Amino acid sequence: MLAVTDLVVRYGQTTALHGVSFAVNRGEVVALVGPNGAGKTTALKAIVGLVTPASGSIEFDGATIVKHKPENLLRRGISLVPEGRHIFASLTVVENLALGAATRADRRAAKKDVAAFLDRFPALGRRRRSQAGKLSGGEQQQLAIARALIAQPELLMLDEPSLGLAPLVVDQIFGVVSELRDAGTTVLLVEQNATRAVELADRSYVLRTGEIVLEGDSQTVLNHEDFLASYLGVAAGAPGAPVASGVPAASGEVTA
Amino acid sequence: MNGFLQGVVDALALGSLYAIFALGIALIFSVLKMINFAHSELVTIGAFVLILLADVPLIIRILILVVVVVGAAVLMERVAFRPVRGAGQTTMLITSFAVSYLLQNAAILIFGPDLRSGSVWSVLNESFMLGPVRILNLNALTIVLTLVLLVALTLFLRKTSIGLQMRAAAEDFTTARLVGVKANRIIAVAFGISGLLAAIASFLLTAQTGVVTNTIGVQVVLMAFVATILGGMGSLSGAVIGAFVLGAVSVILQQLLPLELRPFRDAFLFAAVFVVLVVRPGGLIVTRASRARV
Ligand SMILES: Nc1ncnc2c1ncn2[C@@H]1O[C@H](COP(=O)(O)OP(=O)(O)OP(=O)(O)O)[C@@H](O)[C@H]1O
Ligand SMILES: [Mg+2]
Repeated sequence: MLAVTDLVVRYGQTTALHGVSFAVNRGEVVALVGPNGAGKTTALKAIVGLVTPASGSIEFDGATIVKHKPENLLRRGISLVPEGRHIFASLTVVENLALGAATRADRRAAKKDVAAFLDRFPALGRRRRSQAGKLSGGEQQQLAIARALIAQPELLMLDEPSLGLAPLVVDQIFGVVSELRDAGTTVLLVEQNATRAVELADRSYVLRTGEIVLEGDSQTVLNHEDFLASYLGVAAGAPGAPVASGVPAASGEVTA
Repeated sequence: MNGFLQGVVDALALGSLYAIFALGIALIFSVLKMINFAHSELVTIGAFVLILLADVPLIIRILILVVVVVGAAVLMERVAFRPVRGAGQTTMLITSFAVSYLLQNAAILIFGPDLRSGSVWSVLNESFMLGPVRILNLNALTIVLTLVLLVALTLFLRKTSIGLQMRAAAEDFTTARLVGVKANRIIAVAFGISGLLAAIASFLLTAQTGVVTNTIGVQVVLMAFVATILGGMGSLSGAVIGAFVLGAVSVILQQLLPLELRPFRDAFLFAAVFVVLVVRPGGLIVTRASRARV
């Protein structure tokens, strides 16, 4: 459904992505993980048209979407939950959701969905009339996800949804993502919390300094020593991280 | 006591006029983060329409006024500001200066440098008594119109979908686009509304002065800038509050200053504003959006 090929993005003199390729198929959850500054956010921004690639192609449902405006990409079916949540702090919870639903053709169904989402996320339902800026971090993240979902995207992209949240709240957010997976939603999940993201995903890509260094189905990636190497001190020591399987990879690149 | 009531009415009328100007500037600032210096030229264009068409029946003249000024505002955005939108705030600010200067000089080229005069609506220069206070019809109209505009704008921003989108865009334009807010449409609508406000402002201003020059808009809009900054950039309610505070303080200064100092009223006024800004650098009302930019 989404195919990114040889994507190069530059910020002035610095190159953030050096020819990155990855794909997301319908119904899949794909994780894109990598350390700080790897270029994950840049890749998402290129997909939604917030940065213009220097070269490479981005196709969605077989048609190029390079140089499309962000507002039109949402109408094409791509919804991004940006890094840092970016809920509208001065608007109420309901208004944030109504904005998400504004592109829907069927106004009545959209309105119904606002109510449905307030039920689905009880924390939001309880505070529907509060200014979104007064919500806790986890509630804001739920709101950001709900706001993106209510537009009924074909592809949902999440940029570090667990960032800056307490462990218990992180569990909650990952819970929401696995519910989405079980419901068959197509998700591109970007995370620094790599192990959990990869465990949740069907397939994964590891991005480091602007290049894909590892890709494959999640089991393969989890067991690959390069995955641990990428996260030395970040995820390798984290509870639940698998032990390196010792598969040799001279080139540092595995294609599954 | 009567002097006091009279002063209150004068202050409300002056504050109302400033508020209509200030709202036009604050609205554009809220979505584009650009001070549109050319807002004064929208007012000037309106004033020319009213004075040059002094023989045309009032209703038709007002219709033409609104169409021309709103059209000019939307055209200004399309031709001058949209192409430089991605180029950063400084570029946009300079563009707005350039547009303002260009239009001022175009007016000299087309209409000559001389002052032109004409009557807008003579009824407005009559007055009526409200209890002990004499009220100029124009002042009454100004106050009432401003109230109506404030209510209408508030309803628009709170109750309509496009108003909601505008508030979202004012807080975080990029994210607004991510949730599907069409950037071009929202900005065009904002300019359209600011054009409507400029048209109304030019009507009230020209009705008061009865003359038009190529810089008629500049003076009052300068006051409106000060009001917007005083109120806190980027907040519409701040702009309105700033305008009324400014109106009130000018009337108070006008009455309290010794005669020989009255010509320097505006200097005192700006000094007072300066003091406020030293104490509260963000203005009277500090919004989240303006804080984030600092
Ligand atoms: N607007 C920008 N201007 C210049 N350089 C940028 C800009 N945004 C990102 N970069 C650089 O591009 C590289 C990739 O950044 P990006 O934000 O995409 O990384 P990331 O993988 O999302 O990191 P993080 O995990 O910290 O969110 C970094 O070196 C960063 O410094
Ligand atoms: Mg990032």
